[in-house]
Amino acid sequence: MSTTFDRKIDATLSDPRLQNAIYKATGRLMSHRKIAVDSDVLPEFEELRTQANAVKRHTIENLDWYLEQFERNVLAHGGHVHWARTGTDVADVILGLAKSRNASLIVKSKSMTTEEIDLNERLEHHGLESVETDLGEYIIQLKHERPYHIVAPALHLTRYDVANVFEKKLGVENETEIENQTMIARRVLRDKFLRADIGISGANFLIADSGAVALVENEGNARLTTSAPKVHIAVAGIEKLIPRAQDLATFLKLLGRSGTGQPLTVYTSFLSGPRREDEVDGPEEFHVILLDSGRTKLLADPDKRQSLYCIRCGACLNHCPVYRKIGGHSFPWVYSGPIGAIITPQFHGVESEPGLPFASSLCGACAEVCPVKIDIPKILLELRADVKASEKRHAVNEAERAVFRTFAYVASRPKLWQRATKLAARLGPRGQGYLKKVPGFMNVGPVRAWLSQRDLPAPAEKSFREMWKERGR
Amino acid sequence: MPQRVSIFVTCIVDQLFPNAGMAMATVLERLGFSIDFPEAQTCCGQPAFNSGYRDEARTVASHTLKVLEGADYVVVPSGSCTSMMSHHYEELFAPGDARHHAAERLSPKIYEFSRFLTEVAQVEDVGARLETVATYHDSCHALRELKIKEAPRRLLANVKGLDLREMDAAEECCGFGGTFSVKFPGVSGGMARTKIDSILRTGASTVISIDSSCLMQLQGAISRAGLPIRTMHLAEVLASR
Repeated sequence: MSTTFDRKIDATLSDPRLQNAIYKATGRLMSHRKIAVDSDVLPEFEELRTQANAVKRHTIENLDWYLEQFERNVLAHGGHVHWARTGTDVADVILGLAKSRNASLIVKSKSMTTEEIDLNERLEHHGLESVETDLGEYIIQLKHERPYHIVAPALHLTRYDVANVFEKKLGVENETEIENQTMIARRVLRDKFLRADIGISGANFLIADSGAVALVENEGNARLTTSAPKVHIAVAGIEKLIPRAQDLATFLKLLGRSGTGQPLTVYTSFLSGPRREDEVDGPEEFHVILLDSGRTKLLADPDKRQSLYCIRCGACLNHCPVYRKIGGHSFPWVYSGPIGAIITPQFHGVESEPGLPFASSLCGACAEVCPVKIDIPKILLELRADVKASEKRHAVNEAERAVFRTFAYVASRPKLWQRATKLAARLGPRGQGYLKKVPGFMNVGPVRAWLSQRDLPAPAEKSFREMWKERGR
Repeated sequence: MPQRVSIFVTCIVDQLFPNAGMAMATVLERLGFSIDFPEAQTCCGQPAFNSGYRDEARTVASHTLKVLEGADYVVVPSGSCTSMMSHHYEELFAPGDARHHAAERLSPKIYEFSRFLTEVAQVEDVGARLETVATYHDSCHALRELKIKEAPRRLLANVKGLDLREMDAAEECCGFGGTFSVKFPGVSGGMARTKIDSILRTGASTVISIDSSCLMQLQGAISRAGLPIRTMHLAEVLASR
């Protein structure tokens, strides 16, 4: 049975150029992180993770209270708050604002939340031009692709790929020098910034006690997006809240270090309200759209709601040996890697891609680096149980269930177990050590899958049990 | 009277790698322990648990809890199976359930082999000798769930003739992951080959682990690639003289 998921995985595995690109880029991010969180540099790193986890837990468990506090404070600063249940609601709010302000050009800074709801496509569908201004996002927007990675959207592309994209889409010379490529994008984007009517950003954090939006970035494009156009709209999932501005001291230390190994990103912006009378820059209007889109559904599950603690640093992707093989586009949703594997089934239902929670060796590298200590392997295990419960309800995968039922039956009856394992050993393939192949009738199912990659150990001549008995105890 | 330890050899050692189990018993006996092998043991149930079959895992766990009920210590030649029994059994049963309490009682008595040696037997030098250049592979559940990192390395450091070299990717998964290895064979195999690249960079001719399942994965891929590297369970190394 080959699903789209399987096919995309196979395509990625069989592309050596892509394999190399993913492995190198994630490896670089891993080694940068390692230096940035070393105990010589940041002795309190583990305490910060514990603190961040506690703050997120508290916030998520009191989310209604903090959302209302946030709204009050945004309003007090002269901003507007819009509540959106779905991606369509977000688009409607923006389309309404665009229409009444006669806007046609929108600049955007990088935001996974807007990727999640296909905002660009929705706006373009209504005749608005919406331009990504983060370099990586801009490149993949030109290619009409989804982000390959939460913080590095064009991680899969080499500079030669980028040269081809720019040549084809922007009509420029085939330029392979990264610096020159940046200048090309900058020329195009500067013009957009100057002419844009609306700037749309995401939010790394929503700060309840100050009604502020915090944004981190490295290119300065988010700062331009949120200050040059007359209207700034921040689109954020409701889980982005933190209670106090002072909590940023914890989260900002973790976010850059975990994601890219930077002590702080190049730019950190705190935006609260539109331009005041005595200020020289900033937008005339400040809107925050708070998006649910399935998040409240996650709140209901006490074991899995910690999935909402995620601050989208991407560390779990970089450290995941599976992500490093299958890349970002194999995943069914915009969120890839371990975090994608746990939130996609929760947002879209486990039936949407039942294989997803199983695409993990449960090695735990993700949880080890997660700055907010989300227990990703535990959630994967829960989701696997959810998948099997759903399969049982729909009478799907009956053969596998029969195998495990038999296994449990036999493994709880020692005499039967001993007879069965002895029989299995006798019926198993003959030979010494590791076998390159087995007789055709045995080369099926899991055995065939195993042998597609590795040699198979032959059953031992005598089991431990037999050897132990012979030793005369 | 010698201290009695029960051994839970795991299904994979029983069927495929019995020498690792025998070696573990040998090392423990040399240290003066009396070995009890509860005959009714089968499997820890992890294959069912990790595959999402909770009811089936509970059935097997209930059996194992009964089998190991009277043990003073349970020593296991696997980090993964140890973690299943010491960490996940409790999760399988609701706090009011008698089996939950049984799991709680059992948990502190279960030791992965290397940890038992360093923490209970309090030895780091078992008097082993093995002339080889070796590297140690951290198995994920031992490393991340049981926090076993130093114990096997300290034991290996005292093996005479053994030149222990660290891999740059010692802590990276070998790609086994139970049914993952056959559900996503290409990914799993790719992970094994990445790991083997790291092994090759050390120049080691022996790869040592405390989990036979990782070694099966690695040896299977090494054998497929025709490389002159062998895998050994830590117990086999420590039993060598």
